[in-house]
Amino acid sequence: MSTAEAPPVLSVQGLSVRFRMRGGRHVAAVTDASFALAPGECLALVGESGCGKSVLASALLGLLPGNARTAGSARLAGTAPDGAPLPSVELLTATEGELARSVRGRRAGLVPQSPAAHLTPVRTVRAQLEETVRELTDVPRHELRSAAEGAAERAAFPADHLDRYPHQLSGGLAQRAATALALVGEAPLLIADEPTTGLDRDLVDRTVDELRRHADDGRALLMITHDLAAAERIADRVAVMYAGRIVELADAADFFGTPGPQHPYARGLLNALPERAFTPIPGQPPELGALPEGCAFAVRCPHATAACDVVPEPVDGVACHHVPVGALATGEAADA
Amino acid sequence: MLDLMDITAGYDRARPVVRGVSLSVAPGEAVGLLGPSGCGKSTLAKVAALLHRPDRGSVVVDGRAAPGWRHRAPRELRTAFGVVFQQPRLAADPRLRLADLIAEPLRAAGRRGEAAERLAELVPRVGLGPELLGRRPHEVSDGQLQRACLARALVLRPRWLICDEMTAMLDASTTAALVAVVEEYRAESGAGLLAVGHDRVLLERWCDRTVRWEALAQHASSRPRAAVR
Repeated sequence: MSTAEAPPVLSVQGLSVRFRMRGGRHVAAVTDASFALAPGECLALVGESGCGKSVLASALLGLLPGNARTAGSARLAGTAPDGAPLPSVELLTATEGELARSVRGRRAGLVPQSPAAHLTPVRTVRAQLEETVRELTDVPRHELRSAAEGAAERAAFPADHLDRYPHQLSGGLAQRAATALALVGEAPLLIADEPTTGLDRDLVDRTVDELRRHADDGRALLMITHDLAAAERIADRVAVMYAGRIVELADAADFFGTPGPQHPYARGLLNALPERAFTPIPGQPPELGALPEGCAFAVRCPHATAACDVVPEPVDGVACHHVPVGALATGEAADA
Repeated sequence: MLDLMDITAGYDRARPVVRGVSLSVAPGEAVGLLGPSGCGKSTLAKVAALLHRPDRGSVVVDGRAAPGWRHRAPRELRTAFGVVFQQPRLAADPRLRLADLIAEPLRAAGRRGEAAERLAELVPRVGLGPELLGRRPHEVSDGQLQRACLARALVLRPRWLICDEMTAMLDASTTAALVAVVEEYRAESGAGLLAVGHDRVLLERWCDRTVRWEALAQHASSRPRAAVR
């Protein structure tokens, strides 16, 4: 937004992730994803479950399983809290040691998808927060307790629940505990993978507002979510992912307001909302292990033609052969 | 009718999370129960589905008070309920292929013979492809697994459906699709629904009426576990 001139914290170019499976099969989880993320900016990556969103996040943090192969580039830059530029790191080729020592938690924080699986089940939230503060910051030992409580407070985690174990927390509280842990390291890039799953609307708003504040403090925020309302609330830009490809990359105001989404899939996704038409997109996303030759959305698309046998190149952020087409906008606007 | 009468329930008798709550669902009716996270609404849903024994109060199913919970509930009462939970991964045995997962209630009820016919009907209805049936939970997405869990909930043709945050993990399109499956089933079977959730817009669109937890649980709000801030 205001910092559009600043060099990006994260620039992803042509990122692809393939999983090698038994029998020589391949699963194309992410294909040719490109975007850049500036300090102070929030990009929401949205799409159906299983479309490759979380794999993209795992790729950026070097958390892919051993059978994954990546291509393309993902450079992490950014500035330290004191304003000094940090050396640029190529996330896809960095060694595990480098990622563990200097990237995860310190330069890229992760708010995970399943907090119940992310938290250590045999230790209290307080113990985990104090450990994280001790590892990632210079807080002296005698201030650990108050620093951990402050970290909990920032994620709206109630102080009287700090001595509880993860299984004693509701889904919402576990999510807030995980969010608190991710914020400790003051990383210039924050990757939030479904940070609002299981939270009620008030808490979704509070959680994403908190994330937004961290972006406003100069961090870059990549929020992976299926919650379009949460994306609308805080995102500057929206990337819509379908079958491993980013099919639309647009300004959030244009996407959620007028002119609205351009790609037929993105339109269908918005129209599925209960406050809109509440009609699902017909059919199912294709298997990432058996993608069609051409546009992966064509079989579910009301506008598909012979042109869709070829994968469309993104033009102005939209990867569709039929955009702009007046019929696209007029035919479905009435549903909204 | 499904009547929850003066239910007090929790995990520690000294500190119940549900206090003195009553709620009724008529046959064919869809009731949405709206509440913030951590308020105890999932506990109430488990009590309603005969999966959690309340400390006090009774559940009356079609005029018959449930004499027990979980395995102590008589089979004909247990099988009257279909339940879909929020997190399909926690609600699915990771060792089972989806076909066995969906047919599990039939197996448990000693009606394994109906599996093929029920699968043939339900699998396309919930939008799963036949190629997914041989997979195990870790080989499918959350959305696909939740579709299988919904098929499992419908496999015994329940008279009552309890959906506890069924769509909280899901994207908008899958949410709309699964709600449509539930509504189609209810339209043809006349089953009643208790849908528990926190998404007001969704539940108001989905259900005949929505009840707010605060309005239901006067006593619970006196010790606002839900309002921890």
